[in-house]
Amino acid sequence: MSPLSRREFVAAGVAAGAGLVIGFYLPHKSGSQEESFSPNAYLRITPDNKVTIVVARSEMGQGVRTALPMILAEELEADWKQIAIEQAGASTLFGDQTTGGSASIRTTWDPMRKAGAAAREMLISAAALTWNVPRSSCAAENSRIKHAATNRSLSYGELVGKAATLPVPTDVTLKQSKDYKIVGQRLPRVDSPAKVKGEAVFGIDFRVPGMKFAVLSRCPTIAGKVSGFDDKESKKISGVSYVGKIGDSAVAVVGDSVWGAMEGRRVLNVTWDDGPNKDLNTAAVMASLKQAASKKGASLYAAGDPAKTSGRRVSAEHELPFMAHAPMEPGNCTAHYQGTKCELWAPTQVPQDCRDSVATAIGLDPDQVKVNVTLMGGGFGRRLEHDYAVEAALVSKAINAPVKVIWTREDDMRFSTYRPASLHQLTAALDGSGFPVALTHRIIAPSISGQKGQPVPNGVDPDLPDEAGPVYGLPNYSIEYVLTETPVPLGWMRSVYALQAAFALESFIDELAVAAGKDPLQFRLHLLAKDQDLQYFTTTWHTARMRAVLQLAAEKAGWNTPLPAGHYRGIACFGCFASYMAEVVEITMEKDQPRVHRVVAVVDCGQVVNPSILEQQIQGGIVYGLGNALRAKITIEKGRVVQGNFDDYAPLRMEETPAVEAYAVPSAEVPTGIGEPSVPPVAPALCNAIYAATKKRIRALPILN
Amino acid sequence: MADITLRVNGSEKKVSVSADTPLLWVLRDTLELTGTKFGCGAGLCGACTVHVEGNPIRSCSTPVSQLAGKSVTTIEGLGANGLHVLQQAWIAEEVPQCGYCQTGQIMSAAALLAKTPNPTDEQITQAMNGNLCRCGTYERIRKAVHRAAGNGGTR
Repeated sequence: MSPLSRREFVAAGVAAGAGLVIGFYLPHKSGSQEESFSPNAYLRITPDNKVTIVVARSEMGQGVRTALPMILAEELEADWKQIAIEQAGASTLFGDQTTGGSASIRTTWDPMRKAGAAAREMLISAAALTWNVPRSSCAAENSRIKHAATNRSLSYGELVGKAATLPVPTDVTLKQSKDYKIVGQRLPRVDSPAKVKGEAVFGIDFRVPGMKFAVLSRCPTIAGKVSGFDDKESKKISGVSYVGKIGDSAVAVVGDSVWGAMEGRRVLNVTWDDGPNKDLNTAAVMASLKQAASKKGASLYAAGDPAKTSGRRVSAEHELPFMAHAPMEPGNCTAHYQGTKCELWAPTQVPQDCRDSVATAIGLDPDQVKVNVTLMGGGFGRRLEHDYAVEAALVSKAINAPVKVIWTREDDMRFSTYRPASLHQLTAALDGSGFPVALTHRIIAPSISGQKGQPVPNGVDPDLPDEAGPVYGLPNYSIEYVLTETPVPLGWMRSVYALQAAFALESFIDELAVAAGKDPLQFRLHLLAKDQDLQYFTTTWHTARMRAVLQLAAEKAGWNTPLPAGHYRGIACFGCFASYMAEVVEITMEKDQPRVHRVVAVVDCGQVVNPSILEQQIQGGIVYGLGNALRAKITIEKGRVVQGNFDDYAPLRMEETPAVEAYAVPSAEVPTGIGEPSVPPVAPALCNAIYAATKKRIRALPILN
Repeated sequence: MADITLRVNGSEKKVSVSADTPLLWVLRDTLELTGTKFGCGAGLCGACTVHVEGNPIRSCSTPVSQLAGKSVTTIEGLGANGLHVLQQAWIAEEVPQCGYCQTGQIMSAAALLAKTPNPTDEQITQAMNGNLCRCGTYERIRKAVHRAAGNGGTR
């Protein structure tokens, strides 16, 4: 088959609906395209024996550029030292490329394995044909096919020509976990050297020749608009070349440098139409949640009937504030509008959404918009939005030149999309020993998707099925959701609703344990004692797996061993994104404030792809969660976000960071999420430790209010 | 506009910018040394840390006019003859996640080790507390500083 007809063949594979994603040739810098072997969109092997693996998720620190290629390389039997990584931009070849929901490994585990295995089988066939020996006598190892009987071998590079002429198998045998050589290893991250040298190109670093810089003055009042502006002073600033309205609620100042644009904005005089929210404040938002609490909710989970259960009843109410993601790299995007096309370089978790929303905003078809994905200086869900990309495209169109839009930290803090504030009502009916025989958890919170106009089937925010499931196998157990509305912009922030749900539930369970005079660990184990499968939407939660993470966490933390004087422990567990997590937090109290000394965390997330990256995610999630628990709070006054920078929205610093020990339960189960599950148990475990120390129950976050 | 001459990573650089421009933007926009990062613009996060005459400073809050004739070292100049021992330690301890703050972290750590070759935990905390990391890599940073100190500290 000629290279040309081979392309036609693989294209036909797509039309025929083959099991694998087939038929994508990536642009090559060298002239070796015709020689390469690319049986699917994830993989290209060239005659120089280089294996290029395409990553179709975005790297925001969670390690996908290392972990996803490891999965493919495992099945390919590739030499990891010869792997090159290529970042996919917005494409039609990889399905949904959204990076979020702790889903990158979950959703690419099968496609990446199958892509590697198909290529491996084709390379084996190519070698068998070359040597005229049976396929079964050939084996793949370390980027070579070997024929042991004759002691011959050929590199993958030497086989690309022949392999490329073969049909792509649709049914391939995948390796068993016991045979893994790459998956499960502590391989160093591929992106570390560039990051420590300052050579890594984040969105904010990307440059196009002739590029301008822009900052935007946005209406500080939620949903307010520009009523007019005077740019006389701005245009006196050296390098400022353009000032103009962008959309209804912002004015862009464009300059030759970031500083020039910032100075131009500083002296820009805009008058605002504050709009409908000029009297909005946080107290009103929380009051509206309380008001909505009497409404009937949508059922998320229902076992038995808590309302008909007898026994002594206890209740508690918990509330959580709005929070901001605050990734270290502020929002930015580079755009180059050129009439019939527009190219973007975006630090984004949603390249396809950027493409589509930019196309709509500037009047192009989606296929006229090319979105390149840069490295991200953190995401945490903030870059699931595409406001920065739309702004950049609009400014580029307005000035007809390439431009980078940069947000300042204050822009990031005040024009973010926030973790929804929420109210939780928990009620339990207790048996004679103080164990709950019935539990009702009502979650009253605005819907993120609902606010964005996305479907909210049966009044259930579509995130809740991943984030608010049952933990305990109680005979009568109801989880309900009351959907509310707020004008405060909402977004998906690391662990989304699981943070709220876990704080309320696991604080309440602790309260019940204390009231019953039981050890909080033993109390939980009692509620998980029976092996049960709890079906929650599409996830089946196994009480045995939750029990196991709790037991291991307690063992590693030395739960039953005495602590030094003045030290106290708290425990919590929760499941989200199909992973099980338990954490033990150890504290002392210093001047009424907790100091966290140690956190032991245990996860069951199925097969671990890279233990070092897993530990990074757990350590980082716990530091993030502690920051959320201690201080994270966004407040609204007169329709405006109050906080502006890292002084009044203060993340955890080194001095407050505990030693974190992270463990994973050994497992060969299908991998589940790890980016977010460590976040939710932190706050309740910490608050439970504070209760142990002070006998004060914290029912509202943040702790240091 | 002002013409200002400073030494950056050992080379003399003459820049023509408005005198109040923070060093950060001169480095990033004028000299295209983008390893130094913008995080807060207010000296609160440390992502923009560079050395002036060997001392760590926040380049986002330092007008370039104050630096005429001064010697500036950025991450690009730290390991000019190969990786600095801290950069090696950062890789060995697998510190970076998103990596955005890490160049500033390394510059703060390098200034620490230059003066205190074998820092205690407390000294590390004191030197590094001004550098924020939203990925929560602090404990690995601490280990990496200790590792680098054990390997001679500076290079």
